[in-house]
Amino acid sequence: MSALWDILASAGLWAAVLRIATPLIFATLGALLCERAGVLNLGIEGIMTFGAMIGWFAVWNGADLWTGLFVACLSGMVFGLLHAGLTVTLGLSQHVSGLGVTLFASSFSYYLFRLLVPVEGTPPKIIPFQPLHIPGLSDLPWLGQALFTQTAPTWVAIVLAIVMALALFRTPLGLAIRMTGENPHAAEAQGINPMVMRYGAVIFGSGLMAAGGAFLTLSAFDSFIPTMIQGRGWIGIALVVFASWRPGRALAGALLFAFFDAFQLRLQTVIGGAVPYQLFLMTPFILSILALALMARRARVPQALMQPYRRGER
Amino acid sequence: MSETVLDISQVSKRFGATLANDAISLSLERGEIIALLGENGAGKTTLMSMLFGHYTPDSGHISVMGRLLPPGRPRAAIRAGIGMVHQHFSLAPNLSVLENVMTGTESLWRPWSDKAKARARLMEISARFGLKVVPEARLGDLSVGEQQRVEILKALYNDAKILVLDEPTAVLTNLEAEHMFATLKDMARQGLSIIFISHKLDEVMNTADRVVVLRGGRVVAERRAMETSKAELAGLMVGRAVTRPLREAATPGVVVLEAKAVTLREAGVERLKAVDFHLREGEVLGIIGVSGNGQASLARLVGGLARRSAGEMTLFGRPIGDMSVREVVEAGIGRIPEDRTHDGVIGEMAIWENAVLERLPEFTRRGLVDRKAGMDFARRIIDGFDVRGGTPASRIRLLSGGNMQKLILGRNLIEHPKILIAAQPARGLDEGAVAAVHARILEARRAGTAVLLISEDLDEVMALADRIQAIVGGRLSPPVSPERVDARHLGLMMAGEWAREREGAANAV
Repeated sequence: MSALWDILASAGLWAAVLRIATPLIFATLGALLCERAGVLNLGIEGIMTFGAMIGWFAVWNGADLWTGLFVACLSGMVFGLLHAGLTVTLGLSQHVSGLGVTLFASSFSYYLFRLLVPVEGTPPKIIPFQPLHIPGLSDLPWLGQALFTQTAPTWVAIVLAIVMALALFRTPLGLAIRMTGENPHAAEAQGINPMVMRYGAVIFGSGLMAAGGAFLTLSAFDSFIPTMIQGRGWIGIALVVFASWRPGRALAGALLFAFFDAFQLRLQTVIGGAVPYQLFLMTPFILSILALALMARRARVPQALMQPYRRGER
Repeated sequence: MSETVLDISQVSKRFGATLANDAISLSLERGEIIALLGENGAGKTTLMSMLFGHYTPDSGHISVMGRLLPPGRPRAAIRAGIGMVHQHFSLAPNLSVLENVMTGTESLWRPWSDKAKARARLMEISARFGLKVVPEARLGDLSVGEQQRVEILKALYNDAKILVLDEPTAVLTNLEAEHMFATLKDMARQGLSIIFISHKLDEVMNTADRVVVLRGGRVVAERRAMETSKAELAGLMVGRAVTRPLREAATPGVVVLEAKAVTLREAGVERLKAVDFHLREGEVLGIIGVSGNGQASLARLVGGLARRSAGEMTLFGRPIGDMSVREVVEAGIGRIPEDRTHDGVIGEMAIWENAVLERLPEFTRRGLVDRKAGMDFARRIIDGFDVRGGTPASRIRLLSGGNMQKLILGRNLIEHPKILIAAQPARGLDEGAVAAVHARILEARRAGTAVLLISEDLDEVMALADRIQAIVGGRLSPPVSPERVDARHLGLMMAGEWAREREGAANAV
């Protein structure tokens, strides 16, 4: 029992929670924005992989870290444009198109990586984002170690969640996006172009997904491995439901999942001998499913989610 | 003082081979209420869709307050002061009333929504026209009548001077409809101009100043409401004199279904409270009542979809337990559900599949569905019941409401059921289809079928039923004979005032 307390009391755990949560926050916010406009974006896993690759590659080629992050965003937007073209303009199945984008983007990033980076025994490294020292706060005993040793993109992610919550619920544009996700015909009848709303949300949301992927190669680690996204995109899709399509709750959900993950990592070292480590790896996912089952019962799905919009058709 | 606010001039629109609107002209004055009357498919909705910019007319033009309206631009129509209340509301159930109303009213690039100001404006309009709403309520939690109120408010919020309502009463109960029309008249007095689309003669006569009749995409007549009659309008609308069939006298046979003190509890609520009724061969029992008083539960009970919690039922003289839907079908009980698109048919499936679905075992051979027999069966229904607009293989969704209902009727009546449960069989149908449906029900009665007719339409019940019972709050009144009561009397029964009638038991049959 005291071992558990030791884990909870260690500043390292809480620092890890924020670090693990960051890519999830970006990814979940991106998926949430798409879905609020009525488009499910299952391209998320592939877009994150590509973002991780291209962001890292830009920095490895001499760009600075922020430029790398920006390049990743742009690449995500291009994939978003592709997904929007298929689902919004052509009205194809959002599931199929999304999975297609994921398959394509994942394979394409590995292909490009192999093409552009010489094969070596250990993958080449870059110098990633360094923890941001916040005067005063970072020097606090324990708390400084636990909460204020993050890199800049983590703070960007947290601010972004708040900004998105305000944008969706307090601005005319946010209302227009939500109306498009609920009833695009009603939006059109009020003079809003649902096509434009959906394109915008998917492109911008996909950019965020790619930024989440790039965080892994530019901040959490320092090299690119093709399988490094490891289902984080799918977790993001589930977190959107868990969050009932609300950015604030998405932030909380990402932090909760990250907590489970960080906790099980440390638990392995304490009682790892007695139990196969795969069981520990499972726990965050099982707990997420439980939390999802509890939360999703009350969730109010955007009514037009996954429904293609065609003008004049009811 | 007359001032023309809307002028539609020589507007035509063609969809493929059909000319939906053929050189239609129409003008509307300030403070006037026009009814656009016509059967389904007459081109009413097409015309209004062009007015609102959903479609672009092939020729002709529309001007509002003397200014030409650019075609095909909903936003321009809103700006010009046209407000549209669609039959299927353009609302988002997950958003609040206020959010639904204010969507698109502020510039999208404004950094902040002024909800307080919007709310004040909504409340001001709501008070002016007596349209009560709670701005913070989630739209999906409201009743259909309240949602329509929001839809009207949305149009008024956009400064509509001309309000267009597409079949506004199709989804409302009688009481809600009365309220709505009272509100419309009040709006017209306050200077709004109103066009409403309808095929119901009563509401047209009661509400409109002027009636424009459309048939086959053309304006066939224009009448002042004061100077015309229901009979004339019905004739103009259909193009020939339509008379609803009347039931002839007949002697009912033996009792086929009897319920004694049956109580039905659904989701913890007592929907039926100790009801007594019986059905006899060759007789129509009419159940009248404002919807939501237990009619739907009654239909579910007899149709095998609900289990009674107390009471006795006998079928063909034998006591019965709870019956499954399969047993109900096999016992020869035909069912016409209240909501045909929801419970009656599966829109994406073919007509023949919909025709055989409830009697699948009969159309199964060696474990496979006998497609050919099913197609033949559907063909027989289509021919026998005059179902137009589809072949056995076409999707049933493509049929109009009237033809869909004829198919459902045919599916039930073709095998001469012993009992027919008809819930709101003519709801939402145009005059021609109503007459056809009524004729079929009377034909079944003549053939000895016992009919349980559940309806809100007093005219319908008076015309078809041999005995009438009212349902109020899950209780059934004692039966009365339609010959001995008038509409006023039935109205009182629907309000639950039948206790007094018991003294004068002379009316009872």
